[in-house]
Amino acid sequence: MKVQRISAIIERDMRKFLRSPALMMSSMIFPLMQLIVLGYAFGGKIKGIKIALVDEDRTAYSRDLRERFGAIVAGPQTMQVENYNSVSDAIVDLRAGFVRAVVYIPVDYSRRVDQGNRPRIAFIEDNTDNFVTSEILTRMQDLVKDINQGLNPFQPGQRLTVPLPRLNPLVDLQVVELYPYIEYIKYLLSGSIAMSVFIVAMIGGGITFIDDKSRGLHEGYLVTPITKSELILGLIFSGAIKGLMAGTTITLIGGLIAGIDRLWDPVRLLYLMFVLGTTSVAMISFMFLLMVRVSDPLVPRAMFGVLNTLLYFPSGAIYPVEGFPVWLRWISYVDPFTYAVHALKALLLKNTGFSGIYSDILILSGFSVVLVALSVAFFKRQI
Amino acid sequence: MNPTNDNAIEVTKLKKQFGDFVAVKEVSFTVHTGEIFGLLGPNGAGKTTLIRMMTTLTPPTSGSAKVGGHDVVSDADGVRHAIGVIPQALTSDPELTARENMMIHAKLYGLTSAQRAKLIPELLESVGLTEFADKLVGSFSGGMRRRLEIARGLVHSPKIMFLDEPTTGLDPVSRTAVWEMITRLKKSAGLTILLTTHYMDEADKLCDRIAIVDHGQLVALDTPARLKDSVPAVDIVEAEIDNAPQNWKASLEKLDGVASVADHDDGIWHISTTNGPATVRELMDLARDRGINVRRVSVQGTTLDDVFLYYTGRQLRDAASETVRRDVSHLYK
Repeated sequence: MKVQRISAIIERDMRKFLRSPALMMSSMIFPLMQLIVLGYAFGGKIKGIKIALVDEDRTAYSRDLRERFGAIVAGPQTMQVENYNSVSDAIVDLRAGFVRAVVYIPVDYSRRVDQGNRPRIAFIEDNTDNFVTSEILTRMQDLVKDINQGLNPFQPGQRLTVPLPRLNPLVDLQVVELYPYIEYIKYLLSGSIAMSVFIVAMIGGGITFIDDKSRGLHEGYLVTPITKSELILGLIFSGAIKGLMAGTTITLIGGLIAGIDRLWDPVRLLYLMFVLGTTSVAMISFMFLLMVRVSDPLVPRAMFGVLNTLLYFPSGAIYPVEGFPVWLRWISYVDPFTYAVHALKALLLKNTGFSGIYSDILILSGFSVVLVALSVAFFKRQI
Repeated sequence: MNPTNDNAIEVTKLKKQFGDFVAVKEVSFTVHTGEIFGLLGPNGAGKTTLIRMMTTLTPPTSGSAKVGGHDVVSDADGVRHAIGVIPQALTSDPELTARENMMIHAKLYGLTSAQRAKLIPELLESVGLTEFADKLVGSFSGGMRRRLEIARGLVHSPKIMFLDEPTTGLDPVSRTAVWEMITRLKKSAGLTILLTTHYMDEADKLCDRIAIVDHGQLVALDTPARLKDSVPAVDIVEAEIDNAPQNWKASLEKLDGVASVADHDDGIWHISTTNGPATVRELMDLARDRGINVRRVSVQGTTLDDVFLYYTGRQLRDAASETVRRDVSHLYK
């Protein structure tokens, strides 16, 4: 194996890459656009959900309940309460989509409170939108908790309210947050960085590789004494350099957009580039193995969307892996994206240093070795 | 290469089979050191497959080939170092400049930077691309790209050069330029050149020896002159005549040595004959006797077209179009 021949292939690829700004732009615009659009589309706090409130009890108890409810929704402005006179009107509007939920205080509410007979309020929800539903439900649980607060559930009949759900006052959960609140766009950033590396691998390792092959350019190289491992290593290293360049650029631009703290910390940047380099090698080898026997230039283009979905979404970039069904978890285990995203999150969100990334680095490196070996084995140095 | 060996290329019973289709059928021939050897045949005759086997790009199904003394299978690397190859497709990188294309190839062949600095400008000069050296190849004409690729194929000073249809798709001026270059290379560098072509005139003009390839087989191999001699003399007399009488064709057919007479609508007659000049004389006598005005007459000697027709039973043009039909037939199965 001769280093001169490998470096000749790298030189060729880099000269071509630096000469095509369109390729560089497209490898950066897509992930940045996705970061911004997804970041703002998903990350925002839900505000102004319309809730219908029907009070058929109309007593001091129910007024107390309405006031507490009003106080809870006033702060975060999650909900906007509208008073209805009849529950049937409210449900008609709920079905029509004018309100997202109905809170119904039945006529026997105060009587049951006085009797300590499990007073109930009804919560009727439009559960077609999970995000809105879970947001409202959280508020409703706050409300019930608030009503129950400070009461002694062992002495019913006293002036009290709803024992619902039954709380054990002896156990109290204290939540300790290790890191400041992470906005969704910061959470998403790691995925977008990995995506930019993926796109470079896809375009450089997939599309241009097959295009060069079908244009006959490879024939010009295959008549020279270059060996197949030299050719593959050259292509993989040049792809990795391009991936590292794109990934670093997105880390910096995306980091500024998402507002990552102390983005310019040199030690962290060094670790980030280490992760990006390893990720680039893994992604380009992955792509190379997929494309090693392909010669139709349409194939990598057709696979682009499929691979993007299959690798990006199961990686935990936009939703935690722990929420996946088993089959999807298996995809995430063999997906180089997963480890890249994990390592990038460790560095960008928690600034863990090497301890948070070494397992990912090891896995990605092992991955690359296997993929490169398979690529060399499957590559046909023939026409 | 072994200096005592006069053969640059030795091909023995070389065969290539793709599935059921035999592209090259046990072909044997030798190419002498220092000659220009032509493989002439229509598209699909197996020329490119043959050249790819000799240049290590395609493994043979059976048989053997030695190029520059190296076996194409057991010593592929030795072959690759000894040969320069100009494939049929334009293989220079359009996104690189001419100089960069040369540079990358020189590095792949392991040339030192001193060798590169000396050779690359020399070669670019020799193909007339010095002023375009730093222009992107994507902006080049087909002829310029072809010339660059010839220069690129010479960057490691090979002993043997393979050119697969070097002038296909080029305009007449570029074709002539490429021809001159090939002739000059043979003279100045003492290269052995193997080229394929489906142009008769190209093979005739350039090659010392020609092998006619058809349906994966060599049907004839000799110098252009001897190939023409081997064909029973067929001269074509072309005559343009005003107001040919009714029995004109029959009269022509009775002339000495005439094999056939073809009548074209525009008053042009094609007469195949074993002796062109004699037939012309008789034709002129006949015309004078009958008071017929001959506007123009010309004699065409034996061409490689005739040679091809003789050995394959088809015109090269017909063979080419037949090949196209055969190639697409699998689409309808």
